[in-house]
Amino acid sequence: MEHRDDIGAKLGMWVFIFTEILLFGGLFLVYAIMRNNYSKEFHEAAHHLNAFIGTINTVVLLLSSATVAMSITAVQKGNNKLAVILLFATLVCAAVFMVNKYFEWGHKIHIGLYPGSDLMMTLSHGQVMFFSLYYFMTGLHMFHLVVGGIILTIVMIKVNSGAINTGKYVLLENGGLYWHLVDLIWIFLFPLLYLIT
Amino acid sequence: MTEEKTHHPEPSYLVDTGKYKGLMAWLTSTDHKRIGLMYMYAMMIFFSVGVILGVVMRIELFFPGEQIYGPQMYNGLFTLHGIIMIFTVVIPGLAAVFGNFSMPIMIGAKDVAFPRLNLFSFYLYVLGAAIALSSQFMGNGPPDTGWTFYAPYSIQTHTNVVAAVFGAFVLGFSSILTGLNFIVTMHRMRAPGMTFFKMPLFPWSLYATAWIQVLATPIVGITLLMIIAERWLRIGFFDPALGGDPVLYQHLFWIYSHPAVYIMILPAMGVITEIIPTFAQRRVYGYKAIAISSLAIASVGYFVWAHHMYTSGMSTTARWVFSLLTFLVAVPSAIKVFNWVTTMYKGSISMRPPFLFALGFIFLFMIGGMTGLSLGALATNVHVHDTAYVVAHFHYIVFGGVGFAFFAAIYYWYPKMYGRMYNFKMANWSFVFLFSGFNLLYFPQFIIGIMGMPRRYFDYLPQFTLGQQLSFFGAVLLVIGFVIMLITLFSKKGEKAPDNPWGGRTFEWGVPSPPPVENFEVMPELAENEGPYDYK
Repeated sequence: MEHRDDIGAKLGMWVFIFTEILLFGGLFLVYAIMRNNYSKEFHEAAHHLNAFIGTINTVVLLLSSATVAMSITAVQKGNNKLAVILLFATLVCAAVFMVNKYFEWGHKIHIGLYPGSDLMMTLSHGQVMFFSLYYFMTGLHMFHLVVGGIILTIVMIKVNSGAINTGKYVLLENGGLYWHLVDLIWIFLFPLLYLIT
Repeated sequence: MTEEKTHHPEPSYLVDTGKYKGLMAWLTSTDHKRIGLMYMYAMMIFFSVGVILGVVMRIELFFPGEQIYGPQMYNGLFTLHGIIMIFTVVIPGLAAVFGNFSMPIMIGAKDVAFPRLNLFSFYLYVLGAAIALSSQFMGNGPPDTGWTFYAPYSIQTHTNVVAAVFGAFVLGFSSILTGLNFIVTMHRMRAPGMTFFKMPLFPWSLYATAWIQVLATPIVGITLLMIIAERWLRIGFFDPALGGDPVLYQHLFWIYSHPAVYIMILPAMGVITEIIPTFAQRRVYGYKAIAISSLAIASVGYFVWAHHMYTSGMSTTARWVFSLLTFLVAVPSAIKVFNWVTTMYKGSISMRPPFLFALGFIFLFMIGGMTGLSLGALATNVHVHDTAYVVAHFHYIVFGGVGFAFFAAIYYWYPKMYGRMYNFKMANWSFVFLFSGFNLLYFPQFIIGIMGMPRRYFDYLPQFTLGQQLSFFGAVLLVIGFVIMLITLFSKKGEKAPDNPWGGRTFEWGVPSPPPVENFEVMPELAENEGPYDYK
């Protein structure tokens, strides 16, 4: 006999999300302290980030959160086909985000701006801190994005096969919750790194 | 036309009923009881290794000056001793073993909420422990930073810090998932009629523990990742030579590692709260006070971390705030002690081994707690910071507290685990040796600590010789006691245990010993007027 408890499963996901928020919380704390200590250097270093790409990625992620949310409604209404399309759109958004990030990081690494590089050694400590935190935070975020992408891919296959359906869709909901978390963290990273200059 | 229901006893969880037999049946089992036992075996192995390392340190300290090995090896030994004892034994500790074995039965559930995740946690635990231990054999020698990995030394040392740190990270992840599992289990799977305030107090303590596991562990996780990044990429978060801030590391580290002390001690308190009413045959005194004090310890305990850092460089305001909070967290702990002692009042006490160990716990925990207050006070702390006094204090809490509660819990639930009794006389002897050995080992450390013996030194001034030698003999007694305990429990099969050998009232004593795979043949319920501890 299978034990099934959708509310329990969602509660578990929420608790896990608390954990994730505190994981990033440690980094946000370090960011706050460093920003306080080196506000001038942070100000200068932030100019090197491309706010345009950052904005595009923000829009892309917001869009992907919307499509995930819509896919849940679609499954609730019994339209698995539409849900698969919406989930696929989410994954496309994730891919666009990653491609943008690839060019963004690639450009910086190309001009020698990465932790441990020769150029980095010539910068002031505050600037080194900014770029280190930039790589650390966006890198960890990207890792979560990839994990979220894998989860949603599995979910999409299950929606397609009908294993997730109107009567049983807690896995989709949990995948969606996780995806919103990835989105939410970016919503904080974006202004802290790109906009506050 | 009703058929007479004949009684078919379900096979016990110790009998392999799945598709695998023997070892594989255990390693692939998602049964919470089997997972609890696997944790227990793993911890006993790690604990034994940790004990041996401790004894090897005590041998070196028998006389002042270098005896059998030098400072580098000593540094490696206390680091490994700390990593093993803290991260693989006491932090998962009682929650992983008895939280798994007993808690679901105590709340009337067939298993935890996510059984497969539970097994996954166990494998993460094994993997993390293996990675941490591999640091001893790979790279440039065993880490020598102490289990705290303080920057900047942990950034600068050439020893294999990364493996140890990454092992601790994986172990933390295991701890988080166990906590998550327990929170959901207790929210969703309590027996009908068992409201939160009718839940037994061991599950209550696990509930408070689980929230710390979930909310504090990620902070150390990210901090350990930052250490690794800094070592690889020379970033300069923490190392002043690179422009970093070592005090920042200490803050981030203790934001987790002080609450971790409550991850260790809260389940221990929970176990004691089960044992005392059972052996006094009394309703627990101040049920709600104990339940709420667990939450109070967890929440106040989250904000006391910087009392480890009075001498590291902090503003005066920060120091007195943290000192005040440290004193505050002693209040709910004292409430528990008061309630335990009051529960015994007018009880029909039977001096069985679990109860003896529970008494031992209260005694040692009181000493550990009181000395903790003198360390939490700003003026005294400056004098005894980083001395053997601190070593004695935290061993009284972590070993005298958690360790003795662990032994008490094993003696208490052993009949339920294996369906067998053990020899009480032998068990009592193990208590005599463990208790006297423990005090002889650690009490002298208080005295030589106040006299000025620093911690983590392989050498010392001649005036500390007597204290160090007493400690050595204490360690010998302690090891003898531990061996007696292992012989008592595991050398031969005892007589068959009844379902309820101690006259306990919580659900686990209402099921067969050992319990069937799904714990209950009839799912239990609590009636309106029933509580968890309805003794006289």
